[in-house]
Formats: sequence, structure tokens, C-alpha cells
Amino acid sequence: MQTLLETLRDVAPILFLLAFFKLFVLRGSVVNPMRILRGFAYVVAGMVLFLMGLEEAIFPLGELMARQLTDPLFLGVGDGEAEWHHFGWVYAFGFLVGLATTLAEPALIAVGMKAERISGGAISAWGLRVAVSIGVAIGVAIGCYRIVTGTDLWLYIIAAYVIVIVQTFAAPRRIIPLAYDSGGVTTSTVTVPLLAALGLGLASSIPGRSPLVDGFGLIAFASVFPVMTVIAYAWCSEWLEHRRKASGGGE
Amino acid sequence: MLRPWMEMFRPLAEALRDLLPIVVVILFFQLLVLGQPIPNWPRMLYGLLLVLVGLALFVRGLEIGLFPLGESMAHGFVRKGSAPWLLLFAFLLGFATTVAEPALIAIAKKAAQVAAGEGLIEHTGEAMDAYALGLRLTVALSVGVAILLGVLRILFNWPLHWCIIAGYALVVVMTWFAPRSIIGIAYDSGGVTTSTITVPMVTALGVGLASSIRGRNPVMDGFGLIAFASLLPMIFVMLYGMWVLP
Repeated sequence: MQTLLETLRDVAPILFLLAFFKLFVLRGSVVNPMRILRGFAYVVAGMVLFLMGLEEAIFPLGELMARQLTDPLFLGVGDGEAEWHHFGWVYAFGFLVGLATTLAEPALIAVGMKAERISGGAISAWGLRVAVSIGVAIGVAIGCYRIVTGTDLWLYIIAAYVIVIVQTFAAPRRIIPLAYDSGGVTTSTVTVPLLAALGLGLASSIPGRSPLVDGFGLIAFASVFPVMTVIAYAWCSEWLEHRRKASGGGE
Repeated sequence: MLRPWMEMFRPLAEALRDLLPIVVVILFFQLLVLGQPIPNWPRMLYGLLLVLVGLALFVRGLEIGLFPLGESMAHGFVRKGSAPWLLLFAFLLGFATTVAEPALIAIAKKAAQVAAGEGLIEHTGEAMDAYALGLRLTVALSVGVAILLGVLRILFNWPLHWCIIAGYALVVVMTWFAPRSIIGIAYDSGGVTTSTITVPMVTALGVGLASSIRGRNPVMDGFGLIAFASLLPMIFVMLYGMWVLP
């Protein structure tokens, strides 16, 4: 019930905004107002159920996985003796979650098809999806490694930015907006809470880590790394194209 | 009476596709790697079902209500050709869609719990709600500004990569001054903002705008808005941290 009221409060500004502009600024008549109201009712009901489900399942699952994968019994070492290389399954879990969720992400499928169109087929939709998914997977795995070792987040992110900037200057111009955006579209509504729960769970179950300082950051990793892999993919496909033209020129 | 149910089927399938990979990976680890049954699994299953139905309803609602309205208005403003109104609309669109973003609501709440657990803010419901709301309003404000800047960029044809590099530089500088405890959530907020509601609405605005100005490539310019919307929240949240946290 409280969630319902909160959700209504959250959605109301959009409704007001649209109504205000539609009625006073654009002054057109609204097509099919009942349908739009029904849409808003769905949105509110959907958000209430979704947020309740997150509390019931997604958050507990992420924290549970983090706790079990860092359990000294599971790692086979004594209390407080685990070093970073004992946490291999944590990295594997991060990698697989990143890979699986991104490959299935609907927003990315749409972007991939657009990309195939603008590049005239040089970038395939499937190739882009694989490139982004690998980027997210590597990002989450490295992010888990960072939480395990407790190094500063900003070091990694700044290093990643430097790589991205260097890549930007060497990348084919038309891929750049696409590469930058591919970082943003990858993190879906379900993935974000799961990654947050995983990070916070890791930070609170590994001795010496604070959830506040170390727990966040996985989503940041998942947003930066795809930019690199997409540009790298563009290089590869351009190089392949080049070689095919060079060798198959006589066909 | 059957049509509404048929209409629900596709979003339900899409929500399932979002959820299934996570479930498969977790099951794989639970059963094969950890070799343990999932504790309390009926409750988890119930929760996943709620997520599934909730997400499907949410997406369907957006499709029949918000998106057509938002898109027709974005086109209306572009046709109207009045720059101040267009900029105001761009800002409010970014702000309003981000305030209602479910992933952001969930993350802000988590961040407030963690901050309270570490004693940075008072451990009362009120203080936590205020912190979470402040965080969300900050992110929403930053996305509003980002969309505004993005529209200006399309109007004046600034090169995207210089804007982004300048933004990165600003993030680095801000990191120096921001309290350590806000940096993680600040960096994360860049990825959180751009999901279910914001992306389609903002893309509609960008593509509509770019295709009505001569000499602009709709795909190239439509894309750039999202990049702004994932950069500015980092900077704004760090400012928020400097303001509220010790």
C-alpha cells in the first residue's frame, strides 16, 4: 500500500508535465485519452509489483550469491586468509551474469539493428551484441576483482577513460556515438538491482571491505567497458573488410 | 475482451527474456558450483513472478500511454520551432522520466540504507527517505540538464567526442574533491539513469529534432543524447555528496 502511494507520487510529475504542455503550449487535442490513462494505470501497477518483487527476490538473491561465493568454507581456506586468487568463482559469476543479461537485452538488439543499417553492413547486429556483452562481462568481472582487493574505484575508472579517449581518436568516426551509447543501454532494469545487490553483498561479506566505499561501482564498470569493446570490434571488422578487399580484389 | 490479454503477451515474453538469463546463471551456480539448494525458494519464486508481471505491465503501460504521447509532443515542439519552449520541454522531459525510473528508485533506497548503516546519515526512516529522495532528485536534475545540453549540441552541431571528453575531465576533477563515500554511487548513477523510460522518450526527441534540421544525421545525433545522460549524473551526484555528506 505504501509502495502504491510512493509510486503514484513518482509517476505524477510526468503526467502533469505532459498534460500541461499538451493543453497550454501545443494546444492540440489529445488522441484517445482513455487509452493513455489506462497506460498510466498499467505503469503504476507494474512499478508497484516490480519494486515489491525486487525486495522479495532480486536483492536477496544477489546478496545470497555474494555471501555463499565468499564463504571461507566454500573457498576452502581459513577465516580471513583468503587472497584475491581464491575468489575465482566470484569473477566467473560476475562475468556470466554480465554476459547472459546483456546478450538478452532487448534495447541492445534494437541498437544493433540500427547500427547495421548506418554502417552499411560493416558492423553486424550480432557482432555488436557480442562485443557489448563481452565488454559488460569483463567489466563486471574486473569490478568484482576490485571489490575483493579493495582498491580505489576512481583509479580504474580514470584508467578506463584514458583508454576510451585514446581509442576515440583512432576509431572510425561513425562508430563513436554508437560506442558511447552502448555503455548506457546495456544496464537493464533487472540487471542494475542485481549488480547493486551483488556488489553490496561482496563488500559486506569480505572482511575489511565497507559496503559504502567498496560496494557500489559494478554498474559503472558495466557502463564503461562496452565502449572499449565496441571500438575494438569496429577496428577488427574494418581490418577484416580491408583484408578481404585486398585479397579478393579480383573476384 | 481477449485483446488486452493478447496485448500483454509480448511484454511478458520480453520481461521473461530479461529475467531468464539471471535465473539460469544463478541456478547453475547454486546447483553445480555451490551444490546447495536455494534457501526459501518459494518466496524467491514469488518475488521473481512479481518482477516478471510488474515489468510486463510497466512496459505495456509505457507503450500505450507514455510513448505515443511523448513522441507526438516531441515532434510537436520541433515543428513549433520555438527554441525556449523546446529547451524547457527537453529539460522537463529528462527530469520527469528519470524521477520515475524504477531502477533508480531501487538503487537510491539501497544507497540510503548503506549510508545509514555506516552512520553517515541518521538511522531513521525519515532521514533515509530524505537522502534517497535527494539522490533521485539530483540524478533527475542532472539528466534534465543533460538532455538540455544534448539538444543545444544538436542545434549548434558541437562535435560529440569533445563534449564527452570535457565531461570525463570534469568527472576526474570532481572525484578529487568529492567525499570517498559518494564516489561509488556517483559513478553507478551514470548507468542507472538510462533504462526503461528515459531511453525511448529521449531518443524520440533527439531523432525527431535531428531529422527536422537540415544537414543533421538523425541516427548520429539521436544517439548522442543518451551519452550525455549517463555522464552528467556522475558529476551532479558528487556535488550532492559534497553538499550533504561530511
